This record gives sequence, C-alpha cells and structure tokens, in this order.
Amino acid sequence: MMAKEQCVKNPEYIFFEAPREKAFITGSEAVAEAVKRANVDMAIAYPITPQSESMHLIGDLYAKGYLKDYYRAENEFAVMAAIHGASLGGGRVFTATSGPGTLRAMEMFPVWAGSRQPIVSAFMCRGVSLPPSIQPENIEMAFLLDTGMLMFHAEDAQDYFDMILKAYVIAEQPEVHLPVGVFADGFFVTHTRDLVMLPPDDIKLPEYDPKSAPVPAFDMETPPIRVTRDPLLNKSNYTSYAANATWHQEILAAAERAKKHIDRYLGGMIEVTNPNAKVLIAASGTAVSQSREAIRALEEEGIEVGLIKIKSIRPFPTQEIIKATEKADIIVVPEFNAGGWLCREIKAAIDNNSRVIEGPRVYGGMTMPKEIIMNEIKKAIGKNK
Amino acid sequence: MSLRAITPVKEFEDILPQEYKELVNNGPYGKNKSVDDLGTFKEIIEQHPHCAGCGVSSGIRLAIASLPNPEDSIVIGTPGCSFFALSQSGLNYSNTAFGNQNSVASGLKRMLKVRHPDKTKDVIVMVGDGGIADIGLDMTLHSWFRRENITTIMLDNELYGNTGGQESGMTRKGTVINMAPKGKNFEKIPVFELAKTSGCDYVAKVTVASLRKLGQAVRKAVLVAREIGPTYVQIYTPCPTNMKFPPDHTVKIAKEAEKDIYSFEEYMSNEAAEYLKNLK
Repeated sequence: MMAKEQCVKNPEYIFFEAPREKAFITGSEAVAEAVKRANVDMAIAYPITPQSESMHLIGDLYAKGYLKDYYRAENEFAVMAAIHGASLGGGRVFTATSGPGTLRAMEMFPVWAGSRQPIVSAFMCRGVSLPPSIQPENIEMAFLLDTGMLMFHAEDAQDYFDMILKAYVIAEQPEVHLPVGVFADGFFVTHTRDLVMLPPDDIKLPEYDPKSAPVPAFDMETPPIRVTRDPLLNKSNYTSYAANATWHQEILAAAERAKKHIDRYLGGMIEVTNPNAKVLIAASGTAVSQSREAIRALEEEGIEVGLIKIKSIRPFPTQEIIKATEKADIIVVPEFNAGGWLCREIKAAIDNNSRVIEGPRVYGGMTMPKEIIMNEIKKAIGKNK
Repeated sequence: MSLRAITPVKEFEDILPQEYKELVNNGPYGKNKSVDDLGTFKEIIEQHPHCAGCGVSSGIRLAIASLPNPEDSIVIGTPGCSFFALSQSGLNYSNTAFGNQNSVASGLKRMLKVRHPDKTKDVIVMVGDGGIADIGLDMTLHSWFRRENITTIMLDNELYGNTGGQESGMTRKGTVINMAPKGKNFEKIPVFELAKTSGCDYVAKVTVASLRKLGQAVRKAVLVAREIGPTYVQIYTPCPTNMKFPPDHTVKIAKEAEKDIYSFEEYMSNEAAEYLKNLK
C-alpha cells in the first residue's frame, strides 16, 4: 500500500484544531504516527532494544513513500553522524536510539547543538550496564543534560506522539534552531498499548525551510557558501577562544529563547496539579503516571498531595519550579534511575532544598509500584508506622 | 550553484573580507580549472598555518584544484592537519568528530540527492590516514559496502601529525615513532586493496610529486562517484616536521616513494571505465 496523499497544514491546525480520533496503539506506533505527519525527508536506523520496533515502522513508512530516504547504518555513532550530515544538507531528519546506543553516539550530540542542526531524535530509555540491563531506566538522560540539545520527557504514548511532532516546530524556530531529544521510558511506553488521540493522517507539517536557518545549509546553494561550520578550532589565540565562547553562549541563549515556544506548543514546561498542597511530587516520564496512582490512593487515606509534571528537562523550568514549590513543605522526587539526576536538578533550582526527598528510585528493571511512593511520603510526613 | 548566488550587491562590495572578494572575483567556480592553472586563481587562502614543506597542504591544494565542479562540491573532513588548509579553501567544508567523515558524507550526499535531484552535487571526503585507516575504518568501509556516491581521498602522511607525530595504521613497519617506541610491528593497512574488494569503482594511489597524475585521479574519482559508485584516492603526503627531513625535500621524498611502495596504481571497474570513456 502506498502513502496516502497528504496535504500540508499549518502546525497550529494539526496540533490544536484538527479533529482527533482514538487509536489503541503502542508507544513505538505513536512514534511512527508522529513521523508520518512530520514531513520528514530522511531517517537512519540502527537496531537496539527497545527502540527497534519504532524504526521498523518508520522503515515501512519509507517503503510506502512517506519518507524520501531511509537506511540501516552500521552503529549508533555512524547513525548520529550520518543524520548530522543529512541535516547539514538542509532537510528534515529523524532517528531514535536507546541506552547503550545513546552512549555510543555520545560524541555527536554536542556537535548537533554546536552546529545548530534542528535534528529530532527519540530516545527510548533503558539501562546502560553494568551489570547489563535492557530494562527501562532513564540514566542516559543524565549524560545528555549538558550537550546543548533540548530535552522533552514523555509520560505516555500520547505525550510521545505530540512531543515528537511538536519538537520539529520548536527545533526549527529561527531563533532556536537546536536539536531536540524526545525521551520516553522504554518498554513502559514503547511496548504497551494506550489510547492515543491522533489527528488524521492525510495532513502533515509544512516542509523544513533551510533558508530560515540561522546557519546556511551545506548545499552550495545558500550564500555565503564558503563556510566552515566548525569554527575557530585552528587558532590558539584570545580572539578564537572568545569567539568559541560566544558561540557556546548563543547556544544556551537559543535554548532560553525556546521556552516561549515550548510554553505555546507543549502547553507549558511543567504541569501542576493541586499547587496548594503541602506535599508535592515532582517527576518526569513514567514516574508521573505512577505518582498519579500514588496520589489517588493517598487521597483515599486523607493525605493531600500535589503533582509537578516536568515536561521540558532542557531548558530546565527553574523559575516555574521555584514558583510551584513555594508553598510546599515536602517535595518527593521518584525516579527510574540510580543516579537521581532529576532530584539534583530540582535541588539546585529551589530555595531550602532540604524539603526535597531523594527518591524513591528504581532501576535494573524494577518497576515503581505506587506503594513505594506512598511509603516515602508517609515517612516524610511522619505517618509511617 | 550559480556564481551570482555569492556575488554581493554593489553596496556591500567594499565591506566584505578580502578573501571573500577574491573568491568571487578569482575563485575556481565555473572555470574548469586544473592543477596546470595553480597560481592563477584562488583555490585556497594563502595564510594557512601548515608547517613549511607540508605534504598534506600540497595534497589538498592539488586535489581542490582538480575538482570538476567546485561550485557544487562539498568537502567533509575530520580533525587533524588536513583541517588547516581545508578550512581555508573556497568550498563548503565541515569536520565534526574524529573518524565519522564517511557517515557524515553519506547522510549529506543522500540529502542533497533528495533536495536537488536535478543538480550534480559532489561530496568529497578528504582526511588523513588516521581518520580513514584507524578510527574511521568501519565507517569508511561501510560507506563503500553501501555503495554511497561519494569520493574518499586519503592524505597519507603515515602518522598522526596534528597530535605530535604518532604511529598510525599507515605508518611503515619498523618505523620508530611516538607510541611505537620499539618500531611499528605491522605493515601499512592495505586500504587501497580494501577499497577494491569493498566495491569502490575507481581506486588510485598517487603522490604529491606527480601533479597531473594526482589531478587526473581526483577528477576521475569524483566523476565516477557521481554516477557509478564509491571511489577512493590515496595520496602520499610526506610530513617533514614529524619525519624529520628538510622542508624542501617533500617532493623528493615523494618521488623516491614512487619507485617503492607508492608507485602509481589505478583500478577501475568495467562500468567506471566505460563511463569515463564515454565522457571523453
């Protein structure tokens, strides 16, 4: 079956106005549904669990004609390098990886940001060894915090669909023009079915316009032509260092400028439920869903708990979190990793950070039953036996 | 690309950098230049920071002067000495992470085909021996296996120059050099032979001492990569700084190598030979 005829619609229509229909699909399928509507020129794949299924489905999209090129490369570093090359060529690209693949490709992520490529990559987070684990765990996000890319963390398949599609529009703003990593906790999101509201598949985003980029495409069509995109390595003098430093500052400033677009398209960098509660849970990804369950159960026991769902990890919503935690006595941060990177981020952002309870944390393939979040909260408010 | 795309409007002419003006007025675009014309046009900005007598900078100048279509050529490199002259050339040039050049070039070439299906866009990888034979060997070979339409040019100075002269996979056996304090204990990696068995349609081995042969090899490699399949040119670019010979001996050293391990060799597939014959 060949690709449906798709007509281009503006992003606002696709995101906010187009009628949506229910689909009962996996997170991997939600990824493919997003790419199908994103007018992507090219995708490059390399298999790794739990990412593989999504990139199979995108291969199928290519075979049907939704994408213009697609291939299986030789390893993740090669994938991220080739996707960088494709992006230099002035088109829209997509790829995805998981855990060890993320680490293998690590060298390329700061290159994407430094080169100001609006690459969108999905990360289906998993353990990274040692001991080996293919199970859900999002420690890889800790390694990516300072690569310069924007980072969104999806709670469920619906988020994953919306965030990937919207990531293109945010990434490609001329004043942003940075890569976006869209993260979900592997298996929990990728391999489970969920109800996802999808706009029709006969509409797609407008194509990427390389002429709106702050840096010219590498196509010998876009002046000034003679460009070395990787500037200022080859001179050892103050002017070079200062120019290099300025370039870094501009990348950080671009991420800062992305905030208003994230607010507009993702409906805010955070979502707060019951902001007046004295006890708050702050979480991202699947931990948010587990927290919702814990909050419901605690409510039945008469314990009131609020929730901060953090959608944008980079840029980090520092001011928003300061404001949302103003009235809280206790802030519990459940995480799917041993390192506790989200907890560190929150502690660094707010005043009086002894209010922050580190954990619960699960890893190595462990799930996060609501009871361990509830226990942590009860312990903190002195209601534990 | 038409030259008009980079020609500034009158009002901006005088405020543009000198090298930009020279690129517009005296660059290689659309002029069908060759190595015979070197010195009569600006293939490179003069003040590159290569050492005196650098074989790599000669190799780059000669290769760039031989491109059949500089106005639509893009060079992908990798960190190392080659960066210095390439970033001063009149072409779009990018190097990102060490060793990934053939992957970046694969993605770029494919995207240029997607975006400009009716135009000829040549993507040329130009990097040192360490970048190809060592850290990037897997990605080099895979780009050949996949039959990417790119030209790969190795500037073989038989060592890591930019990091201070260490052994590379292309260093000759027995050479005593940094990181091989007792002498290198294995032969040069046979990248030339690997290129043939990995599916390259045109493969040549030349030195910077043979200007026209080098120019012809690069030209043929780029033309074949356009239409037939991957191509590879290995250029011997001796390094006076690290091999400790006088800077005015570079060509002499290269000439001597031609009698020995760097004799001119050329291989092409039947399809490539047929294609080149029909071009003439």
